[in-house]
Amino acid sequence: MALLEIDGASKRFGATTAVDDVSLNVERGAFYALLGPSGCGKTTLLRMIAGFETPDSGRIFIDGIDVTGLPAYARPVNMMFQSYALFPHMDVAGNIAFGLRQERLDRRRIAARVDEMLALVQMSGYARRRPHELSGGQRQRVALARALAKMPKLLLLDAPLAALDRKLRAETRLELTGIQERVGITFLVVTHDQEEALSVASCVAVMDRGRVVQTGAPAEIYERPASRLVADFVGEVNLFEGELTAGFNGLALVVAGFREPVPLPCGTRLPEGAAAALAVRPEKVVLSHAPPAGFAIAATVSSIGYLGGGSIVHLATEQGMALKAYLPGAAASSFGRGAPVWATWPPDEAVVLTQ
Amino acid sequence: MLGFGFLYAPIVLLVFYSFNASRLVTVWAGFSTRWYGALLHDGAFGTAALTSLEVAAMAAALSLVLGTCAGFGMARFARFPGRLVFGFALLAPLVVPEVILGLSLLLLFVACQSWFGWPSRGMLTITVAHATFGACFVSVLVRAQLAGFDRALEEAALDLGARPWTVLTRITLPGISPALVSGWLLAFTLSLDDLVIASFVTGPSATTLPMAVFSSVRLGVSPEINALATLFLCVVFLLVALAGWLMARDERRRLFGRQV
Repeated sequence: MALLEIDGASKRFGATTAVDDVSLNVERGAFYALLGPSGCGKTTLLRMIAGFETPDSGRIFIDGIDVTGLPAYARPVNMMFQSYALFPHMDVAGNIAFGLRQERLDRRRIAARVDEMLALVQMSGYARRRPHELSGGQRQRVALARALAKMPKLLLLDAPLAALDRKLRAETRLELTGIQERVGITFLVVTHDQEEALSVASCVAVMDRGRVVQTGAPAEIYERPASRLVADFVGEVNLFEGELTAGFNGLALVVAGFREPVPLPCGTRLPEGAAAALAVRPEKVVLSHAPPAGFAIAATVSSIGYLGGGSIVHLATEQGMALKAYLPGAAASSFGRGAPVWATWPPDEAVVLTQ
Repeated sequence: MLGFGFLYAPIVLLVFYSFNASRLVTVWAGFSTRWYGALLHDGAFGTAALTSLEVAAMAAALSLVLGTCAGFGMARFARFPGRLVFGFALLAPLVVPEVILGLSLLLLFVACQSWFGWPSRGMLTITVAHATFGACFVSVLVRAQLAGFDRALEEAALDLGARPWTVLTRITLPGISPALVSGWLLAFTLSLDDLVIASFVTGPSATTLPMAVFSSVRLGVSPEINALATLFLCVVFLLVALAGWLMARDERRRLFGRQV
């Protein structure tokens, strides 16, 4: 049995439907990410699980118990807020102890638990500090410790890394997965940052306009997107729209901006004449100065963006179709701006999308 | 500068002459604290001051309770029948002339007394009258502070298992405590200062300090009044400074909190 089961939950605010008939299962011990652009309803869904919003229809089960009608304070769920929402008039220890005090535990046990949580997030020396005396990263740790102190069955994290700067974000990401493994609590993260979702989660659900459009492991979402939207939202992608035609061996895609049809992966089973899109990740694109054997697209380099670990090369075909390729290391240095190049990719590394 | 001069020069002079040894208010005859001594032995002013403080403390407490409820109503409930009217009704006493306020309250109390035989005019009626307009000031302060209060804090507390009542007493009220403290102090000073409304609604049993001062000044200004006014000024200044300091501290904390 899944720890969290959402069964057809919907929520409308006036004329807009924030969450539209969402069903979702989160397994025990998972690090689950809800990924989607802002306004896709992921935060509303999170607030429904926490108990701050009531769904208009549908049910929510946690550990097999229907919590749909339960108030927030009666649910075995804790949340880490995007703004952290630390109580400004209490010190760090007071913040962490707040939830435990509501359970009327005796003082010694509360104190022990607070120390334990402080040690977990490596903030042991800061028990007497006030939130305004802490840095952003330290506040984030306190917020995490406070949310974990009651040992919830499910921890909700609303964009936990959004407020941190880039370097700190990478470190915190690692720590977060470490802590999750140590405490063994199921984490549900909401984020619009695909890097954050792919790197921490064991399972990702992509949301758009109130609906879950794809669920799967991060690699699956990235390598085998189910729709144009997912392919475009998760990572960089070249999307070619066209029409299917019988090709040299198997199906090919006629794309308006290319001179010859593009070969499709083997085993593509779609009727001839159907409209489809081909998604090619920039790192799958291979560039060469001379025309390679087999399928290739002639193009010129329009610009090169240096990223440190590699470069992103923007290309344009004669017909004006734009294309991007990611070259690792210094491989891009042999291509100058305006140089004619040939672009190709292994046909099986591309994904055909009909949605 | 001229404006400040006109405002503060008389006050400075008043304080200065309160230490005058002479019985004549405008003739300087050396430093003395005899009028402060005389004030201590003057029973009438003592009783009046006590009445004033008692009324002010009670009215401020009552204002705080009523004003906080009203402020919550206005800040938290986006729509309820009569919200607009309620909002205007809260602001009106801040702009309605005191004479009209006093007169209308007097009429109300008289009517009440003739129908129910209660309340007889005196300290109680002054307290109630002061509480009504003090509550309006408190509600404005509370509403403003609640507007800037982060609702996520309340949600976090709920999420951590606190019941709504615990959230109110442990999170929300401490969060808006600067408004509560300065609201109480404001209501207290307003009540302490008020002459007009108090004169309207009082009865023979209760005389507040401003009333005592006003009636004695009509018979001529004595240096004793100067001394009294100086003490009064000190109390009011202290309270205003306290309220200002509390609000400034809160503001600083908030700014500092954002910076880090």
